[in-house]
Amino acid sequence: MMRITQKTRTRVMDFTIYTLLSILGVAWVLPIAYLLYTAFRVTPSTGIINTLIPEDLELGIGNFVRLFRDTDFAVWLKNTLIVSFSSCAITTAFVLMVSYAISRLRFRFRKSVINILLVLGMFPGFMSMIAVYFILKAMGLTNSLLALILVYSGSAALSYYICKGFFDTIPRAMEEAAILEGASQPIVFLRVILPLAKPIIVYTILTSFISPWCDFIFVNTIISERDKYTVSLGLYKLINTEKSGFNENFTVFCAGASIVGAIIVTLFMSLQSYYVEGITGGAVKG
Amino acid sequence: MQAKVCAENPIKKLINVFKDGSWQTRLSFFLPGAGLLLRKQFLKGALYALLTIAFIAYMLSSGGKFLAHLFSGDLGTVISGEVWNEELQIFEKVRGDNSFLILLYGVVTIVVVIVYAWLWTTNVLTSAKNDEILKSGGQVSSFRQDLGIFLNKKFHIPLLFPPFLGLIVFTVMPLIFMVLIAFTNYDYQHMPPGKLFDWVGFENFRALFSLSGGSSSFAIVFLRVLLWTFVWAFFATFSNYFLGMLIALMINRRGIKLKKLWRTLFVIAIAIPQFVTLLLMQKILDTDGILNKLLGTNILWLTDQRNFSILPRIMIILVNVWIGVPYTLLMCSGILMNIPSDYFEAARIDGASPIKIFFKITLPYTLHVTTPYLITQFVGNINNFNVIWLLTKGGPVDNIYYGGGTQAQSTDLLVTWLYRLTTDVNPKYNVASVIGIVIFVICSFMSIITYNRSASARNEEEFQ
Repeated sequence: MMRITQKTRTRVMDFTIYTLLSILGVAWVLPIAYLLYTAFRVTPSTGIINTLIPEDLELGIGNFVRLFRDTDFAVWLKNTLIVSFSSCAITTAFVLMVSYAISRLRFRFRKSVINILLVLGMFPGFMSMIAVYFILKAMGLTNSLLALILVYSGSAALSYYICKGFFDTIPRAMEEAAILEGASQPIVFLRVILPLAKPIIVYTILTSFISPWCDFIFVNTIISERDKYTVSLGLYKLINTEKSGFNENFTVFCAGASIVGAIIVTLFMSLQSYYVEGITGGAVKG
Repeated sequence: MQAKVCAENPIKKLINVFKDGSWQTRLSFFLPGAGLLLRKQFLKGALYALLTIAFIAYMLSSGGKFLAHLFSGDLGTVISGEVWNEELQIFEKVRGDNSFLILLYGVVTIVVVIVYAWLWTTNVLTSAKNDEILKSGGQVSSFRQDLGIFLNKKFHIPLLFPPFLGLIVFTVMPLIFMVLIAFTNYDYQHMPPGKLFDWVGFENFRALFSLSGGSSSFAIVFLRVLLWTFVWAFFATFSNYFLGMLIALMINRRGIKLKKLWRTLFVIAIAIPQFVTLLLMQKILDTDGILNKLLGTNILWLTDQRNFSILPRIMIILVNVWIGVPYTLLMCSGILMNIPSDYFEAARIDGASPIKIFFKITLPYTLHVTTPYLITQFVGNINNFNVIWLLTKGGPVDNIYYGGGTQAQSTDLLVTWLYRLTTDVNPKYNVASVIGIVIFVICSFMSIITYNRSASARNEEEFQ
C-alpha cells in the first residue's frame, strides 16, 4: 500500500515537472523562433505578424539578400571579426598574465595590486567613456578598428578574478617539481601551468571573443563612420531610429540578428562545457 | 607599482641615502643615470639619462604649461575660436575646446610626473644598492643579470607591466579625469570652445544632495532613481536566482529524462547576444508589437506611465528573468551535482520530505556556496545598462516625478541616468560625474564586504 502511494506521488510529481518544463521551455524558445521566422519571412510592407498562425506561410531568403545588398552588413561582419579576434588574443594574454602573477607568484605589492584592481573595477565603465574618446582622439585613433581593439582589451586586467580562482586550485607541487628540475619561471608558466588551465583559457577566449559582438555603447561613441561599424552597432542603428515602433528594416534586422546569433550559438554550444566549468569553478569557490 | 620606497618613509629613506651614499650616488640625485654610468652600467645608465631628457623636453614643451594651468586654479581663460564644421555627433560637441583639453592633458601630465618620479627614485636606489655591493666586496650586476631577474625573482613585473599599461591609459587616466569633472561646472552652459568651464568645488555634490528646490529638485529625483535602482537590483537578482535554481532542481531531479535537451532549450538564450534578444523583446512588447496583436489589446507595455510607471517596471523585470535565468540555471546545475550525496541519503533515511530536504539541505548549501556570486550579481544589476537602455531607454518620460531639468526618467537606473546626462543634447557632465562617484561608493562598499567575507579571499591557498 505504502509503495503504491509513493509511486503515484512520484508520477504526479514527474508529470507536474514535465508540464512546467515544457511551458517554460516554450516561453524561452518562442522569442527565438519568432526571430527566425521573421528573418525567413517573405516580407509584406510592415513585417508584423498579426495572428498567431500567420496567413502566409511563405518563407524565403529575401531578407538575407536585402541584408547583404542594401546594408553594409558584410563590412560590419568583417570589422567585427577583425576586432574580436585581435581583442580576444590580447585580452586572453592579459588576463592569463595578471591572474597567474597574482595567483602563483608572491611579490611585495601583491596585496596592493589586488586592491587597486578591485577599486578600479568598481567604477562604471560609461563614466570614463568620453575621456577615453578624447584620449583616443589625441592618439589620432578615433574611427579606426584599432581604437576598438585597444578599448576592448585595454582594461582586460580587471576581469582577472575568475581566472585567478582557477589557478588557485592547481596544486603547488606541480611547479615546485618543475623548479627543482631547473625550469625557469616563464617555463613554469607556459609549459606547466597553462596546459593545466585549458578550461579557463577556453572560457576567457570565449567571453572575450563574444564581447565585441555584444557591445554597442563604446562603438557608438568611438566610431561614427558607417563603414567602421561592428555588427551590433550596425544592426542597432538599423532599427533604432528616432520614431518608435516598427519600420521596414525590422525583418532585415532579424535576418542579421539570426546570423550573429547563429555564429555565437555555434561557438557557445561547442564550448559549453568549458563555459560551465569556468563560471562554476572560478566564480563560486566557497 | 610606484612603491619600492613606500615601505618606510620614502623621503626619510632618500635623505639617508643622500647622506650615506657615495659621491656617485649623490650625483644621481641631480643627473639621473650618472651614478650608473660611472659604475660602468652603461646601458642602464644611458636608459635613465635618455628618459630624463625626454621627460624634461616634454615638461618644457607642453607638460609644464598644463600643470601650471591646473594648479593656478583656472582651466583656461582664452576662448578658443576654432569652429569645427564637421557634421557633429553628440560627443563631438566638446571638440576644439580649451578647458577640456587643459584638464585632460593636465591629468596625462600628472601621470607622467608620477611615473618619472618613480623612475628617478629607482635610479637613486639602484645606485645606493651598488654602493652596498661594492662595500661588501661584490661586483655590480651586468645588464644581462638585471634582465635575468625579470625572468626569475621578478617575473611578476613583465607579467603585470603590459596589462597595467593598458589599465593606466584606458581606465586610470579617464577615471581621474572624470572624477575631476565632478568638481567643475562642465555642462551644456559651459561648453568649450564657446564657453569655458571652471572649478566649482563641492557645488555639484551640494546640488545633488540638498533638498532645496522642491519636489523636482535634483536631490528628490536622485533619491527616487536610487530607490528604483535598488528595487530593480533586488528583484532582478533574486527572481533570476530562485527561478534559475528551481528549473535546475527540476531538470536535475532523478528520473527526469532528456536532461540535456531541457538545459539546451534554456541555454540558447544565453548564447544569443543580449542586444539582439533585448531589441527583439522591445519590438515584441511595442504598442504595435506582436504581443498586443495576439491579445487584441493596446497595452503600453513599456511606456505606460500611470501608477509610477509600474507596468514598464514589471515588464523589465520579467524580460530580465528571460535573459538572466539561464545563467543561474547553468551555474546551479553545476553546484547541485556537487552537493555530497550522503546528505540526501541521510535525510531520506530519516524520512525527511522533499520540501524539507530542499529547505534544510539544498537551499542552505547553494546559498552558502553562491553568496559571492549573488552579491556580484546584485552589483552587476545596479549597473545593468543593457536591459534598461535597450528596452525602455530609461523611459517613459514623467516630468511630474522626475523634474525636467534633471533629465531622469521613470525606469532610469543610476547608470542610464548618467549615460543620458552625458549624451543628451543638453549634457551635464558635472552631475554625471557625481553620479558616477556615487555608484562607485555603493558598489565598492558592497564588494568590499563580500570580498572580505568570502572564503575564497580568506583561504585562497587552501587548495594548493
